[in-house]
Amino acid sequence: MESLSPIILSLVTFIPAAGGVLLFFIPRRDRDIKRFALVVSLLTFVVSLHLPVHLHRDHSLFKFEIDKVWITTPNIHYHMGIDGVSVWLVVLTTFLTPLCVLISWASIHERVKEFFILLLILESALIGVFTSLDLFLFYFFYEATLIPMALLIGMYGHGRKVYAAVKFFLFTMIGSMFMLAAILWLYAKTGSFDFVVIQNAIRSGAVPGFEHASLWLFLGFFVAFAVKVPIFPLHTWLPDAHVEAPTAGSVLLAGVLLKMGTYGLLRFNVGLFPEQAHHNAPWIMVLALVGIIYGALVSLVQPNMKKLIAYSSVSHLGFVVLGIFSFTTAGLNGAVFVMLAHGVATGGLFMLAGILYERRHTYEISEFGGLATPMPKYATFFLFTVLASVGLPLLNGFIGEFLVLSGAFQARPIYGILGATGVIWSACYLLWMYQRVFFGQVKHEINNTLPDLNVREKAALWPIAVAALVMGVAPLLWLSAIDPAVQAVLAPVTQMASKVVGQ
Amino acid sequence: MTTIAFFHSLPALLAQAFQLPQTADYMRILPELVLTIFGMLVMVVDPLLDQEKSHKALGTIALIGTLAGLASTFWMAQCPGTAFSNMVRVEGFSVFFHFVVIAIAALAILSSFEYLQVQRIRAGEYYGLILFGTVGMCLMSSAIELVLIFIALEISSISTYILAGFRRREASSSESSLKYFLLGSFATAFFLYGVALMFGATGSTNIDVISQALRSDNVPVLAYVATALMFVGLGFKVSSAPFHIWAPDVYEGAPAPVVGLMSTGPKAAAFAVLLRVLFEANAPGRFWLIWVSAILSMTLGNVGALVQTNVKRLLAYSSIAHAGYLLVAFAAQPELGASAAMFYSAAYAAMNVGAFAVVAHIANAGEKYVTLEDYAGLGRKSPLLAATFTFFLMSLIGIPITGGFFAKFYVLTAALNSNLVGLAIILVLNSAVAAYYYLRIIVMMYMREPEGGVPVTSVPPATALAIGLCAVATLYLGVVPGHVLDYTTYSARQLMSDSMVPTVPVPSAASKP
Repeated sequence: MESLSPIILSLVTFIPAAGGVLLFFIPRRDRDIKRFALVVSLLTFVVSLHLPVHLHRDHSLFKFEIDKVWITTPNIHYHMGIDGVSVWLVVLTTFLTPLCVLISWASIHERVKEFFILLLILESALIGVFTSLDLFLFYFFYEATLIPMALLIGMYGHGRKVYAAVKFFLFTMIGSMFMLAAILWLYAKTGSFDFVVIQNAIRSGAVPGFEHASLWLFLGFFVAFAVKVPIFPLHTWLPDAHVEAPTAGSVLLAGVLLKMGTYGLLRFNVGLFPEQAHHNAPWIMVLALVGIIYGALVSLVQPNMKKLIAYSSVSHLGFVVLGIFSFTTAGLNGAVFVMLAHGVATGGLFMLAGILYERRHTYEISEFGGLATPMPKYATFFLFTVLASVGLPLLNGFIGEFLVLSGAFQARPIYGILGATGVIWSACYLLWMYQRVFFGQVKHEINNTLPDLNVREKAALWPIAVAALVMGVAPLLWLSAIDPAVQAVLAPVTQMASKVVGQ
Repeated sequence: MTTIAFFHSLPALLAQAFQLPQTADYMRILPELVLTIFGMLVMVVDPLLDQEKSHKALGTIALIGTLAGLASTFWMAQCPGTAFSNMVRVEGFSVFFHFVVIAIAALAILSSFEYLQVQRIRAGEYYGLILFGTVGMCLMSSAIELVLIFIALEISSISTYILAGFRRREASSSESSLKYFLLGSFATAFFLYGVALMFGATGSTNIDVISQALRSDNVPVLAYVATALMFVGLGFKVSSAPFHIWAPDVYEGAPAPVVGLMSTGPKAAAFAVLLRVLFEANAPGRFWLIWVSAILSMTLGNVGALVQTNVKRLLAYSSIAHAGYLLVAFAAQPELGASAAMFYSAAYAAMNVGAFAVVAHIANAGEKYVTLEDYAGLGRKSPLLAATFTFFLMSLIGIPITGGFFAKFYVLTAALNSNLVGLAIILVLNSAVAAYYYLRIIVMMYMREPEGGVPVTSVPPATALAIGLCAVATLYLGVVPGHVLDYTTYSARQLMSDSMVPTVPVPSAASKP
């Protein structure tokens, strides 16, 4: 299997896109198209499993590297590689996409072909974001996620879908332009787009004018990723995009797209500018805490189920940011784990909401009530996922949030205490929503006739449930890979901190 | 020296003594000659054919002419050097622009094949004028003599003035032509005045000599005025603000394939002249001229485009904005800037000709369907056409894997390397604004339901080929821009070094006995 190493990342990245291109030539028979998309996405998942299985967990350098010259002037390389953090994000993407295909099986009626082409291209772009080690390549994939996602929202969404799509596009686009400017500055001074080269140049102090520019560079990257995460107050595009997006779009949006932001913060903001990251940590952590609490409070009052889940993402992603900028081992490990757990649990919640929408064409919580009677299996899956999202011990949400909070507490106790209220809030809004939707009497006659889950839906939900359980019971499977990578990110920061103490 | 040898070398000696052109001189204007011949051929053949059936035949002749022009460009590239007593110079720079301009003409001819039939426009003069105009544009890029540049400019301009009015039955087209003609003549007068003053200031109209003269310490004030006046004339041709007012009206009225041509071809040629006049001739005081014009063009172009409902007008404003982006490169260090500007011209040509080919097809008979509303649901009615149009629009926005992205990228890099942070930031902000109005078209095509009444005919083969070639070129420049960029970098360096070397007429090897 070693012979696969140099090309495995290219394979994983481009299988979906190749499938999308092939799909273009398949005649418009919806059934074939769906099956083909499912096969391609499953194949990608299977191939991507090669990565965690063969990842050496002992040291922290990038693995499965491939470095080829793409364009000579400017010096752009096709440089890919993954570490213990990005490997799981890749697997998360390939894990969620087949489920997205399954969940869209019946809900997409027209322009089916275009839908699955867009979905597969989106998957490729997302994987590319996590595997690129060349800043240019990264930017390329980062931007490449925009168009398919915007089209998915705008073409297949509901309600004010065009407004949501354009808002999503413009927010991200404008944010990422600041990042492009920062990347170009780095290139102008170092003559390279290579992440590793730039990192080494910065660490050895070989970049002229870096001291003056580092704050602006940090902010350039930060704005781009803060829009994506989203960090309060740049989150306003998120509820619109989520509510109007089709289910598969929401799943990938919450499950993976938002992680591009937190991944970027970890990889680039902390990885390239540890000093600035450390310096700016206090106000970023405050923003994260505001996001946690604000997101939770807004969730609490949402009458719309999907909007509620969307705002809960703002709250959960706040934990990730809090963990990253706590600069403690526990905090960073937890942050990465929350990213994965949130991807699984919230992805699941959006799928469940989508299943309900297919039956009733509404997300209004007041339209439901007492659903546990007509749809017992659905109610069970929903409860399981809600509990995972809330952070019940033995399910995946708990581990990450616990680690983040302990890290935040180490950084400054008040952060930990305030952050912990977020956990309580999340229990409030999710369980209250669950109670209103599933318990009590069936208020609307039509809800009595709703069919329970069918085989296809169960096939989409079981993996979520199993993943949530396994991640909660055996987190070390994941953390053993995450920890060395996180330590590598943390090393320069702790060195710096000890230097400051030493003076 | 024996008598026989003397007689052998007599023609060359005579040629040198009387400055008669030699074979190499003709080689250096080969594409222009070829295009002229084919242009005349079109005019000669036109009366011999039945008017109804002549479209295809004449178009084919014109297309063959441009292909022959392209081939002869390669030939021309084999013998670099100056010709006709230092009036024309063949080097990487001029070869590049020859290639771009002739390729644009070829694509414009291809996308006119069906258009002319649908609009019932007579083909003879149309194709002839395109070819003659191309001759002018080609000559603009290789001329190093201001008077010749002026003549070339006139050749290209007069052809485009007439081409703009080719939809004779439409008042708007006549308006477009007349407006373009009046304002254009006014602008060329400025340019000519600038040339005259430059002659007064430096005693020559040859770019190299001017460059030598302006390199001294005390540059005469007259030279500044001359630069400014020439900039006015050329600024009009590239539709950069504040000389852009004509563009939307002219673009709206002119036939769509012609707009595709004139928003790229004469523009690329005018940018080539601008590069020569500003960089090679080392014109004084150029920085602030460009700086102001670049910012105005970007901002006015993009803000103007935001409120347009007519796609042709929208693209007109966008082309003003793109002229602004390009000008940013002119403010950068000469070598980086020239290379970025050359790349930009090529990429812009590919995407814009493609976009206008799509617009021309959708406009249908009488150019009835040119508003944004007419694009509603195009993604459903004609998926492939909509997808290609989206690709061109993405390139105009500057999204990766398109030529437009790298074009903007190189301009930004050049600007940042020259410490023009302010301009770079304004460019970035403008691109963000621009994303919005291009997106409006994409939104229309994909996210609105098709409305009745806008027929979408299947794309005829010639148009499909033109659109396909533009898409391939845009993709090529977006995925492997290295080759083209290497060439532009090389020729930009050559251009700059040309202006450094003192130009003593070097006797060619052939003339030595």
